[in-house]
Amino acid sequence: MSEAILQAEQVTFEYNSGDAEPVKALCGVELTVTRGSFTALLGHNGCGKSTLAKQFNALLLPTGGRVLVEEMDTADESLIPQIRRTVGMVLQNPDNQLVSTVVEEDVAFGPENLGVEPHEIRIRVDEALKAVGMYDYRHHAAHKLSGGQKQRVAIAGVLAMRPDVLVLDEPTAMLDPSGRKEVMQTVHRLCREHGMTVMLITHYMEEAATADRVVVMEGGKVMLDGTPREVFSRVSTLREAALDVPQATELCYELHKHGIEVATDVLTVEECVDALITLLEAQHGHS
Amino acid sequence: MLKDITIGQFFPGNSLLHRLDPRVKIVLTIAFIAAVFVPKTWAGLLLAMAFSVMAVALSRLPFALIWKSIKPILPIVLITALLSVFYVREEGDPLFSWWIITVYKKGIFNAVFLASRIVCLIVGSSLLTYTTEPTTLTDALERLMKPLRLIRVPVHDLAMMMTIALRFIPTLIEETDKIMSAQKARGADLESGNLMQRIRALMPIMIPLFASSFRRAYELATAMECRCYNGGEGRTRMKSYRMAARDYVALVLTAMLIAGMIVLNVFLPNVI
Repeated sequence: MSEAILQAEQVTFEYNSGDAEPVKALCGVELTVTRGSFTALLGHNGCGKSTLAKQFNALLLPTGGRVLVEEMDTADESLIPQIRRTVGMVLQNPDNQLVSTVVEEDVAFGPENLGVEPHEIRIRVDEALKAVGMYDYRHHAAHKLSGGQKQRVAIAGVLAMRPDVLVLDEPTAMLDPSGRKEVMQTVHRLCREHGMTVMLITHYMEEAATADRVVVMEGGKVMLDGTPREVFSRVSTLREAALDVPQATELCYELHKHGIEVATDVLTVEECVDALITLLEAQHGHS
Repeated sequence: MLKDITIGQFFPGNSLLHRLDPRVKIVLTIAFIAAVFVPKTWAGLLLAMAFSVMAVALSRLPFALIWKSIKPILPIVLITALLSVFYVREEGDPLFSWWIITVYKKGIFNAVFLASRIVCLIVGSSLLTYTTEPTTLTDALERLMKPLRLIRVPVHDLAMMMTIALRFIPTLIEETDKIMSAQKARGADLESGNLMQRIRALMPIMIPLFASSFRRAYELATAMECRCYNGGEGRTRMKSYRMAARDYVALVLTAMLIAGMIVLNVFLPNVI
C-alpha cells in the first residue's frame, strides 16, 4: 500500500448564506488519496466536489472532521503556507488566474511569493514551462494565448512552486476540444513522468475514464469509488445521480439491456469497437 | 478589432535606449525634464535640442512616431507661446505696438524658449514610454520608490495594482466587445439619439461589465492566495536589474549636459 498524501476524515462543511439555514455542502466525506495516483472527482453541479477540492489547500476549512495534507492538519493556521506549497491548485477560468502580462513573469509569481532566490526562480520557471510545453512562449503576452495555452501556463505557475499534489478544479470546462486535449495530455504526462499526484475535478466522463481511480460525489457524500471500469459499469446508479457514462459504455449498456450479448465493461471507443467485432464475429459463426 | 489594442505606447526594438536599465531611464527622463528649464542662453537651448535629437537617433524609432506624440500638443504650445509674447514688459523701445498690444524683443525670445522647452520635454518623456514596456516601467518604479516604504507609502501594493490593471485591460476590453455584441443582438441601439440617450444606452453594457469584473476580482484573489501571495513582505523577484557600462555612460552624459547648461548660463549673456 502506497503512502497516503491527502486524507479527508468525516469532513463536513456548511455554507452560511445570509439569514437562511446554513447549506450543507459536505456531509461526512471520507477519502484517502495515495502519492502518485491520478484521481478523478466526478459529480453533478452542486454535489460538493469543488468544495471538497478547496478543503485540500485550506482555502476552505472543514466545519466538522479534519483534512490532512502529508499529515499536516489544515486547521492549523501556521501550516497553511506549507500546505499551499504542497497542494497546488488550478482553477476553472484561465483568464482569472494569470497575474502578469508576460508568460514567464506569471509563472515566477508563485516562487517569488515564497521568497525563493532569483537564480533558483529562473531555473524553476524554465523547468515548469518546459514541463507543460510552453517554453517557447515564455516572452509572449499572456492575454494573446489560446485558452488551452493559458491553462497550461496556469499549471506551470503552480508547478514552479514544486508541489506534490496538483488539484485541478474543472480546468477544461471553459476550453474548446483541442484546448481540452492539450491540458489533459499535459496533466497525464505530469502524473506519469514527474510522479505528480493528481486530483482532477471534472464533469466530462471521457476525462474521468482516463484516471486510475474515479470518485463520484452526490449530495455532499462519496457515492461511488473505484477504478473507472468498476464505476462506469454501474450505469443505473450513475443515472440516478444525474450523471452520464462515457458514450461507448452507454452504447454497450443499452445493447446489453436489449438482450444483445455484448461486454459492458468498455470505456473507450476502441474497446467498444473490439466488443462489437467480437459480437459480430460470434453471430457470423452461428449462421 | 478592439482586442488588438496595445497598452501604453511601447514600440518594440533593440536599440541602445531600449536596452538601458529601466530605472536609469526613469531617473534620466526626470533629470532631463528638469534640465530643459535650466538654459537661459541660446547655446544652452541648442544644447538641450541637440541632446533630444541625439536621444531620438539612439532610440532608432521612426520619426513619424515622434511626430505623432508632438502633433496633438502643438496647438497648445503655439497658443501658450503666443500669449507669453504679450506678457513681457521691458525697459526700452518695443519692437511693435498697436492698440493694447506691445511686443518686445524679450517677449519673442521668451516664446521661442517656452515652445522649444515644451517640445523637448514631450520628446524626452515619450522616448521613455516608447522604449520601455509598461510592465517593466511599473517594476522599475516599484524598485526606485522602495525607500518610500520608510514613510509608509504602500509601494508594493500600488505596483501590484498597476500590474494587475495592465494585465486585465485587454481582458476587459474583449469582454466589453462581447457584451456589446450580445446587447446589439437583443436590439440595443448604441449609436443614435442625443448625448443623454446614448449615455443611458451604455447602462446595459456597464452593469454586466461591472458584475463580471467583481467576479473576476474574486477569482483572481483566490488564485493569488493559492499561489501563496501574502503581500510584499518576504517576496523576491526573478528579474534583478544590474547596471551596465552603458547605464553609467548615460548618467554621466546627462550630468554633463546639465553642468554644461549651468556653465553657459553663468558665462554667456542671458537672453531671457
